[in-house]
Amino acid sequence: MFKPMDSAESELSFFEKLWQINWVVVLLLCATASIGFAMLYSAGNGSFDPWASRQMVRFGIGLSMMLVIALVDLKFWYRYAYAIYLVALLLLAAVEFAGFGAMGAQRWINLGVIQLQPAEIMKIALVLALARYFHAANPIDLGRILYLVFPLLLVTGPTVLMVRQPDLGTALMLAAAGGVVFFLAGVRLWMFGVALTVLLAAVPVAWHFLHGYQKKRILTFLDPGSDPLGAGYHILQSKIALGSGALFGKGFLQGTQSHLNFLPEKQTDFIFTMLAEEFGLAGGLGLLVLYFFLLAYGVGISLRARCQFARLLGMGVTVTFFLYLFINIGMVMGLLPVVGVPLPMISYGGTAMLAVMIGFGLLLCVGVHRDMRIGRRGLIE
Amino acid sequence: MRSDSDRYKSFTRRTAAVAGFKIALLSVLGARMYQLQVVQADRYATLAEENRINLRLLPPPRGRILDRRGRLLAVNRQNYRVLMTVERADAAESALAALARFIFIGDGDRKRVLREIGRKRSFVPVTVRENLDWREVARIEVNAPDLPGVTIDVGRSRFYPSNELAAHVLGYVSAVSEEELNGDPLLELPGFKIGKSGVEKVYDELLRGTAGTSQVEVNAIGRIIRELSRQGGEPGRDISLTLDLDLQTFAAERIADESAAVVVMDVQTGDVLAIASTPSFDPNAFNSGLSTADWNALVNNARSPLTNKAIAGQYAPGSTFKMIVALAALENGVASPEQTVFCNGKYEFGDGTFHCWKRWGHGRVDMVDAIAESCDVFFYDLARRVGIDRIAEMAGRFGLGHSLGIDLPGERSGLMPTKAWKQAVQGVAWQSGETLVAGIGQGFVLTTPLQLAVMTARLVNGGRAVVPRITHREASVEESAEFGEAEMSLGVSEASLRLVRRGMDDVVNGPTGTARGVRVEDEALAFGGKTGTAQVRRISERERQTGVRKNEDVPWHVRDHALFVGYAPLAEPRYAIAVVVEHGGGGSAVAAPIARDILLEVQRLDPARSAPQPLAFLR
Repeated sequence: MFKPMDSAESELSFFEKLWQINWVVVLLLCATASIGFAMLYSAGNGSFDPWASRQMVRFGIGLSMMLVIALVDLKFWYRYAYAIYLVALLLLAAVEFAGFGAMGAQRWINLGVIQLQPAEIMKIALVLALARYFHAANPIDLGRILYLVFPLLLVTGPTVLMVRQPDLGTALMLAAAGGVVFFLAGVRLWMFGVALTVLLAAVPVAWHFLHGYQKKRILTFLDPGSDPLGAGYHILQSKIALGSGALFGKGFLQGTQSHLNFLPEKQTDFIFTMLAEEFGLAGGLGLLVLYFFLLAYGVGISLRARCQFARLLGMGVTVTFFLYLFINIGMVMGLLPVVGVPLPMISYGGTAMLAVMIGFGLLLCVGVHRDMRIGRRGLIE
Repeated sequence: MRSDSDRYKSFTRRTAAVAGFKIALLSVLGARMYQLQVVQADRYATLAEENRINLRLLPPPRGRILDRRGRLLAVNRQNYRVLMTVERADAAESALAALARFIFIGDGDRKRVLREIGRKRSFVPVTVRENLDWREVARIEVNAPDLPGVTIDVGRSRFYPSNELAAHVLGYVSAVSEEELNGDPLLELPGFKIGKSGVEKVYDELLRGTAGTSQVEVNAIGRIIRELSRQGGEPGRDISLTLDLDLQTFAAERIADESAAVVVMDVQTGDVLAIASTPSFDPNAFNSGLSTADWNALVNNARSPLTNKAIAGQYAPGSTFKMIVALAALENGVASPEQTVFCNGKYEFGDGTFHCWKRWGHGRVDMVDAIAESCDVFFYDLARRVGIDRIAEMAGRFGLGHSLGIDLPGERSGLMPTKAWKQAVQGVAWQSGETLVAGIGQGFVLTTPLQLAVMTARLVNGGRAVVPRITHREASVEESAEFGEAEMSLGVSEASLRLVRRGMDDVVNGPTGTARGVRVEDEALAFGGKTGTAQVRRISERERQTGVRKNEDVPWHVRDHALFVGYAPLAEPRYAIAVVVEHGGGGSAVAAPIARDILLEVQRLDPARSAPQPLAFLR
């Protein structure tokens, strides 16, 4: 049997660990965030106020947090994975009672110093908990439905809370990220078939429980022209902004759609539209390329890790990151319904940025501790 | 160890699958970007411009209306309005209170402003009051620093200097109603006014002009960011009328106390020099919006001030119709000029007795006498012999029974009955007795004052089919070329016309004429004409025996209409006039003096009236 690892790897010195951090990823994140600053500067009509300056501060905090997380021993994260999950779940539940709403949804909790969106924390916490659970899985376990009950509860708990909030976008994102971790952990493919069938069967029932505006958004997504001044307005204006940006855009600070306020929420959910309006196809594809490299590094780091917890954690974080950007960009281009998912590292918003950077901190941590092994039974010393 | 490496292999395979899937989805995003930003870029670029650029209409100044000598009948007056822009609705109360310290703001205005502020977007100015005088403007301007968001705006409003004196001809302007919207964006401008009656309505499009446009950049909520370009419009064209302001004023004031209508026209050109209808209304009142009470008062007035009686009032012509009957008889060879009839005050026909207005009769009269003394019996006899259809044919030649096509709205056609008409409309055969009644201009016959004026003009201008007009239409040159003298002729013989005119001369100037009381001694200014008294109620046989009640003794609405048609000067007639006084009583006593005064005035105003200007529209 496999034994707890030799101690040499876990005793890397601080500077050795620092050296082991994947600085290319850090650089890519800085570059992405800088694009965000520029766009927020533009969204503020050529001013650092009110968004760009505050976002820069947050990025500074996030960057240090990310590096600290990266340097923390991987075992720490393994040990406290469930505890973190539990805290996130409690926060999420607390939103039900103590939260306050923004734009018709209860999403925020006030911790006195900062306002927190527990949903963003949960995205990372869920990946941590699932990675820990599947770390110990063996092929026989993965064929047993009973074995999957606990991780399924891990996923459905927060998802149901999110639906109740109601935040359909985050709920779907949680479910999707969880599903991908299941898949990577080696859960049998036929089980996905069963799950898919059950889900499809549940669609009509779920539809019944959706809020009016959620139904409307989905219907509008299916036929955006049906309501050009109502719910379809945002998407139509977003497409106009994107399309009129053409190949090279209208120029920095020159986006008519964004600066004349035809574009809604240009500093948050629709910031990609603004980028594509002012910098055109070139700008949009440029950002996609940056994201692609970040994702590629995520996959690479995960593949190189030696223990299953680290691999699942790395991939889970990468997939979550991907879901953020895909849902957001897909939404503003009219490929997906309008759901409140920010563009990672770009959109204005504290918790979302922190969550993404915590996620990347964990990914970097996986990279730093790529040779660390954790026994299948866990941390038995 | 083996299971571990298996697991790693499985993880690697599945990671590759996930990564591949991600790449595929990223490609979808890229493809979508290409589709939006390259393939459909042009379309979206257009849409973005449409979003951003707003066309604002610049309303053109409305054309003025002038009289025949270029004097102003309708103008645009500067209208100072005070506007208020309130960024927050709850600040409106205090802003209004501040403004109320300097100008009077009525309770109604106050409520309306608060309502509009609540409804409109915060940057859209709301009109607080219109038509400020210069003192109020000055007071606001001086205190401008204390009145944030309050601005003075100069608009244009229509003003009619002659007030109610020419109201029916000029008409009035007022806000566009729902039914009048025809897709022209100009009509949808708030505060835009269009002609609702009279010349303002008929020539609305010319007077209106074309709107200029201003391209402005707006943001999503419609606030103007800046002006991009401006294109001037075409101001409305001025229109000059055939009216003579002095004569119009005189005529309208002369009949101001009656419910009456007057038309004065040039017998050669057809120019209408005055056209008045009373009671009238003040067209300026419509500009700022009439109150419901005022409107109801206008609509419910029994003397119908909103109706232009000169063209829309239909009255039995009474004895003024007798010239037509005489001409019909002469031209059809039914009667000779010398023929006489003995009038004993009654005419027996069938089982009926037809009375002359003069109870004991006129004795033996010839045609000239019959016109001068307005002998009914003579014309009963004449009408019976000519027949209704030939009378109607002659009436038609003189402009009765059909619309004359004057360029004013609401002209009515009157009625000239024929046998066929009665069969078709009433389904009953024509009774011979009805011909007799029609012979003295009663019964079914209906005419408008304008028709009577035209009839008179055609009687005295040598039998030419002159057409009335209120403007000199641009096409008139072509028209007159097309309609040569031959086409203009009514085909009535000179001798017959002369005979009838002698009768009309005698009405006023003859020793036994019905209107000899109003004759003008000065030969140069003397006039001729014909009185008419149109019976409104039926006089029963019993009343005849006990004595017909005098007009003063019956209620206003059943009294006789007083009519007079006339012309001047006697020798070479230039002006024709028709006067109808509703329920005024006898034509000679009531209508004739009015006609005399106006005919004197028109000659006094311009003894050598210059030929009308050929150009109708002054710029």
